[in-house]
Amino acid sequence: MGNEQVPLLEVRNIKKDFFGNQVLSDINFTLKEGEVLGFCGENGAGKSTLMKILFGMDVIRETGGYEGDILINGEKMNFSTPFDAIHAGIGMVHQEFSLIPGFTATENILLNREPRKGNIVAEIFGDRLTTLNYKEMKEKADAAIKKMGVEISADMVINQMPVGHKQFTEIARELSKDELKLLILDEPTAVLTEKEAEALLDSIRGMSRRGIAVIFITHRLHEILSVCDKVVVMRDGLVVKDIPAKDTSVPEITRWMVGRNVDNEAAKEEPVKKKGEAKVIMSIQKLWVDMPGETVRNVSLDVEEGEILGIGGLAGQGKLGIPNGIMGLYEAGGKVIFDGKEIPLNNPRKCLDASLAFVSEDRRGVGLLLDESLEWNVAFPAMQIQNKFLKKYLGGLVQWRDEQAIRQVTEKYIDELQIKCMGSKQSAKELSGGNQQKVCLAKAFALEPKFLFVSEPTRGIDVGAKALVLNALKKFNRESGVTVVMISSELEELRQTCDRIAIVSGGRIAGILPAAQPSEEFGLLMVSQVR
Amino acid sequence: MNENTLEKRTFKERAKEALKDFGLPRLIITGFLLLLFILAPFVGADLPTQITNTINRFSWNAVMVLAMVPMVHSGCGLNFGLPLGIISGLLGATLSLQFGFTGPLSFLMAIIISTPFAVVLGSFYGWLLNKIKGGEMMIATYVGFSSVSFMCMMWLLLPYNKPDMVWGMAGKGLRTTISLEGYYSQVLASFLQINIGNLSIPVGALLFFALLAFLMWAFLHTKTGTAMTAVGSNPTFAKAAGINVDKVRMISVIMSTWLGACGILVYEQGFGFIQLYMAPFYMALPAVSAILIGGASVNKASITNVIIGTFLFQGIVTMTPTVMNNMIHMDMSEVIRIIVSNGMILYALTRRTEGAK
Repeated sequence: MGNEQVPLLEVRNIKKDFFGNQVLSDINFTLKEGEVLGFCGENGAGKSTLMKILFGMDVIRETGGYEGDILINGEKMNFSTPFDAIHAGIGMVHQEFSLIPGFTATENILLNREPRKGNIVAEIFGDRLTTLNYKEMKEKADAAIKKMGVEISADMVINQMPVGHKQFTEIARELSKDELKLLILDEPTAVLTEKEAEALLDSIRGMSRRGIAVIFITHRLHEILSVCDKVVVMRDGLVVKDIPAKDTSVPEITRWMVGRNVDNEAAKEEPVKKKGEAKVIMSIQKLWVDMPGETVRNVSLDVEEGEILGIGGLAGQGKLGIPNGIMGLYEAGGKVIFDGKEIPLNNPRKCLDASLAFVSEDRRGVGLLLDESLEWNVAFPAMQIQNKFLKKYLGGLVQWRDEQAIRQVTEKYIDELQIKCMGSKQSAKELSGGNQQKVCLAKAFALEPKFLFVSEPTRGIDVGAKALVLNALKKFNRESGVTVVMISSELEELRQTCDRIAIVSGGRIAGILPAAQPSEEFGLLMVSQVR
Repeated sequence: MNENTLEKRTFKERAKEALKDFGLPRLIITGFLLLLFILAPFVGADLPTQITNTINRFSWNAVMVLAMVPMVHSGCGLNFGLPLGIISGLLGATLSLQFGFTGPLSFLMAIIISTPFAVVLGSFYGWLLNKIKGGEMMIATYVGFSSVSFMCMMWLLLPYNKPDMVWGMAGKGLRTTISLEGYYSQVLASFLQINIGNLSIPVGALLFFALLAFLMWAFLHTKTGTAMTAVGSNPTFAKAAGINVDKVRMISVIMSTWLGACGILVYEQGFGFIQLYMAPFYMALPAVSAILIGGASVNKASITNVIIGTFLFQGIVTMTPTVMNNMIHMDMSEVIRIIVSNGMILYALTRRTEGAK
């Protein structure tokens, strides 16, 4: 390897914002030929956005492009479509499969790049009528599969393949491109079994030996350590660490991934000490929830009265399934005992009647009546469940909406939560994300629940609104004595707000720790049962 | 100066927005109707008579248009299955006559008898619509069509035997058209009727509509009514707030069906005849397009939409024949009616996909 002076890929000062929301700032790293770069970071750290920039995806251009330079072999590149990127030798395997189910592996691998045979018709009517040269296609596909060093049948139809083979087919497709210099793998092992993942890691090593550089994104940190030359850790849109893989360890990486200034940060927020043995207000036993993408397999958890319990974990591990299942929005089973009484599952009304409330992570889908006024949004559940804000006529036969009471309560929460709006009659869809989130909170507060689930309360909202939302939750907990269970992907946020934090991994509770524990402990729990 | 331009722009924007809210088709139709009213005297049509006709037709049709409102509110879309409600009304009407009621009492009894039919048929219809969420309007259309065809058989087979209702020769099977003379023809319209020269206003019929419209408005302000609107606005939100979405939708469908039944009875009292067999087949389309012209969309409708829409639609339908015929001596009315009603439905359906999330 002689020409090591010019790196294969150099990323300089990449910046990207989505409508003013900075997701990447000052990203710099280099990658040499044949090097394997491990990329890690929590969800939302900006990994995917960076990869989209590298691959010239349309989303980036549509949202106003990016700042900074991408250099390949010292030459500045500007990809406006993925085709440009492919042409420059970049291949990408996405998290979701992009294969045609009814085609064989060979056909998928060489789709639109098939070797062709001429014939008489094509001579007359032009290139589009040439036929495919199946023999050569098979040879090429076999060669690509061989490059990976795994055994998969090139003739098998995609929809009959196990997931692992699909993944390999995708990689083979990229490898069959002659110009391939850099391969980006976005969580390729997420769907693989242990053995398949090992085979994949082997093939990555093989590619690297052949001079192909690989960017490998995964949540399974030990894989990174075993296969990568270099590790880049991202957090909140910044590269926080760029280090040779041999100089680091799993706990160290997790600490970089999740922590700010690790140990001192959490200590600052001394959790309110609870009296010796606090009463268990909710006991969840053997809960399973069938929520697509967030399956809960077997969760048992006790929530103490008056505390703020955090539930954290990586995306897709099931943390969101817990509140959605208990509140009856997705099919669930198991046993939930609240305040000494068992709560029937799969029945939202029963939960609400038991004085539980839920702020959904899906603001627009579940949380709000987008076309209706703020008044309706805030008052609706309280009106329907607890008969608040109603005037009764004819001995209760007619239950008339009390517009005045509704306006009063809405205005109260607009003041309290500092919701920026043009008045209580404005429709919810016109507010910004952060203010919509506050409306969702106001809706739950208006129910005056004994127990509140808050799911991803800060997703997609800016820093100022974040602080306000978290403070409002804390205040609600401390002043009204409401037990709060907060689910969030952001560990720091949980550590600042909660008393205890449960980490969900693989659909189970991996462990419960006091918030003051160092971040790396949580990080280890997060990846402990990833599957 | 900077501020000035800013203000100007906001004014312009506001004007644009108001225009957008009002909707271009609605604007064109309003303009067209105004033009017809202005033209009428010049082509030799008597304006007071024309206005009387328009108001009359408004009073006949308004309740059927009102029948659209509950289902739109609960997110079931436009009630293309209105014929089902109409059939309940027809059953009520024919049975009331069969049982020998006459005069105003026959009208009241027709409403009372049609109510259980509306509830039963509406429940079935609502059950069906709850099975196929998302494709309500398509299914509704066919529910309407097939129920009309089914009743074509039933009108012949059911054992009606009142001489002025059945076929003269056979002595059984209902006639296609049954006169309401001596029963409830004009029973509402003649109540408190105002006559000034050629202008006559059917106050009773208008009051009856006003009563139903008021009840509708009031219902939408109650707890259940609020739930209905929320279900239509975001079913998941409603579910998360503990609402039984299917039940609310069922209620709305039953209400729509019952209002459809009342609607056809009001129509008959104005028109003076009961029309059976294929008559209800296309009854849904004018009602659907009327409420759309009134500014309703597939998931938002108000009483104002009903009033404005019925007036505009019926205005066009009454005015065009006379004015056009007098002008170009050619019958264009049917063509224009079809263009307006179907065009309006098409427009609303395209707007729906635009608003989809």
